[in-house]
Amino acid sequence: MTNVLVCIKRVPDVSGEVLLTEDGMSVDARHVGFTVSPHEECAVELATQVADATGGSATVLTLGPSDGVEQLRSALAVGCSSGVLVEADTDRFGPADVAAAIADVVRAREAAGDSVDLVLLGNDAADTGDFQVPVRLAYALDRPVLTNISSCEVDADRVIARGDGPDGTEIFEVPLPAVVAVLEGGVTPRYPSITGRMKAKKAPIDIQTPTVEPRGSGRVRLRVPPPRSGTVEVLGQGADAAPAVVDLLVKIGVVSA
Amino acid sequence: MIIVLVEANADGLTLFSREALTFARALGDRAGHAVQAVVFDEPTDAIRQQLGEQGVALAHHPDDPRLSDYAGASWAAAAVDVVRSSAAEIVLASGTPRGNEILAHIAARLDVRMAANVVQVESTDPLVVTRQVVGGAALEDMRLDDPIAVLSVAGHACDPQAASVAMTTEVATVSPTLDERDLVTRVMQVEQTQAEDTSALTGARVVVGAGRGAGGAEGFTDLLELTELLGGALGVSRVVTSLGWRPHSEQVGQTGSRIAPDLYIPCGISGAIQHWAGCQSAKTILAINTDPEAPMVTRAHYAVIGDLHEVVPAINKELRSRRTG
Ligand SMILES: Cc1cc2nc3c(=O)[nH]c(=O)nc-3n(C[C@H](O)[C@H](O)[C@H](O)COP(=O)(O)OP(=O)(O)OC[C@H]3O[C@@H](n4cnc5c(N)ncnc54)[C@H](O)[C@@H]3O)c2cc1C
Ligand SMILES: Nc1ncnc2c1ncn2[C@@H]1O[C@H](COP(=O)(O)O)[C@@H](O)[C@H]1O
Repeated sequence: MTNVLVCIKRVPDVSGEVLLTEDGMSVDARHVGFTVSPHEECAVELATQVADATGGSATVLTLGPSDGVEQLRSALAVGCSSGVLVEADTDRFGPADVAAAIADVVRAREAAGDSVDLVLLGNDAADTGDFQVPVRLAYALDRPVLTNISSCEVDADRVIARGDGPDGTEIFEVPLPAVVAVLEGGVTPRYPSITGRMKAKKAPIDIQTPTVEPRGSGRVRLRVPPPRSGTVEVLGQGADAAPAVVDLLVKIGVVSA
Repeated sequence: MIIVLVEANADGLTLFSREALTFARALGDRAGHAVQAVVFDEPTDAIRQQLGEQGVALAHHPDDPRLSDYAGASWAAAAVDVVRSSAAEIVLASGTPRGNEILAHIAARLDVRMAANVVQVESTDPLVVTRQVVGGAALEDMRLDDPIAVLSVAGHACDPQAASVAMTTEVATVSPTLDERDLVTRVMQVEQTQAEDTSALTGARVVVGAGRGAGGAEGFTDLLELTELLGGALGVSRVVTSLGWRPHSEQVGQTGSRIAPDLYIPCGISGAIQHWAGCQSAKTILAINTDPEAPMVTRAHYAVIGDLHEVVPAINKELRSRRTG
């Protein structure tokens, strides 16, 4: 019976140009939707798999604005059974602050008799990409942590995890309770079923206010890098362009004349 | 003092580590700091030579059999020993999976801020660095004003360059203080998995890209032939891996591999920022797309407008005919 807590972050779903707010301190998300990182979608899938395999539970947590309920419901629709919303202004929270707030939630649950055996997170958040919350959370809780993990399973009181290392697939075996940061690629997130969506609507969401006083991230400002200068040279249309393409390949030296 | 944690393979220091050393030297020159290295691998002559070329006079080598199996916590513990004993002001590594992991441990142990994927130094007093966020589609200026600054350098943020004066690198062996608890996360076993090897992709001189425009798992025959004719590697968009047409190890982008080939040929890829994040370091981009307004086309150096299923076979035919000439 492994109780898993999986942490996700609501981020702007930009695919084209990034727009900034007037003060340059955040991404202007007025004209885009919201999503979570693909790494976190895989963490949610693994949380569901571990909960199912061990007869335990999967709880999904986000720290952010109240609209984060949207992302919690998406995770609840694919197998998590309850949600936690830690309502806070993410722009004021650096990775150490987020980790401290999540650690508080874990400690409070454990104090109330609900063990949190495994915390799963994404390896890096899609917007700030700090690569730190999982490790800092592990230190705050004094638990072992693995990062860059593609898949994991629980065997009794241990988590067995795999990830790609410089010399091949690395295998780890770590005693629970533990913290694991997940990368996209090892599992395929499932699509929500109709019953999943129905359940998600009714699933309980515990709304909390963090008690940590944030130190902040050190952000001075955001900027958008200048676009590549120069215009595109169109070599032609359709199959007729093939000779011009091969001429170019020769010119830049990837094909010998 | 700037401490750089370097990674090595059979050929010596990795390209990313040499980039990080060059970045550190430029920062050191501006801020008045010397650069020293921490080498976990056996400091071979090749490694010492490369460190010397980078102007490193002293390399610390934590020597303990318990470090032979990687664990982020134990390697960080050893690095923190060096940071403390050498009174370093800045700790830096390349933003590789291990680099970012060890640095996060170090930052947590020292209770200081860390900046991931730094591309530039804005100012040195106070230290303000510019780093990639939103997968590189935006930059963040971040202040690192703790007593010790921890930062990772984004891959390809600079080209590795030899120092004007080469050094003879002295290696100081250190015995780290390790706690049993730092060893529980060590690698237990390594499996060789050829199919999942991404180094062919990240190191390729030519990458042929394929996106939704490929049309299906069976739509890759011509693209694979082009890849082979050019002696390159295939890279794909996330749509392609999510639909199960190709394995994730081939994905290029924010949540896939970062590539920096001489030539990238994205075929049927729209050029979403998360994909661009992974291919923007390509020297030349030749986009093949039916849509002349696709971001990948407007940002490319060269483009062919048309159906990849017509254009790619025509290129293959032209390549074959010139080859047999
Ligand atoms: C946090 C996050 C991380 C992400 N990470 C990644 C990542 O690592 N890598 C990645 O790729 N994406 C990533 N994405 C997804 C990304 O936003 C895009 O959805 C994806 O890159 C689009 O893939 P595509 O270009 O193949 O498909 P589409 O956007 O659908 O584009 C298809 C293109 O093919 C062209 N086309 C169609 N048919 C043909 C034809 N017959 N011949 C020629 N051209 C044709 C169309 O004109 C179009 O331009 C991420 C998204 C998020 C939110
Ligand atoms: N505000 C947040 N709420 C919940 N989880 C978060 C939050 N920020 C970061 N995380 C988790 O920590 C991972 C790494 O984030 P980061 O260290 O910010 O790159 C993310 O993929 C999430 O799983």
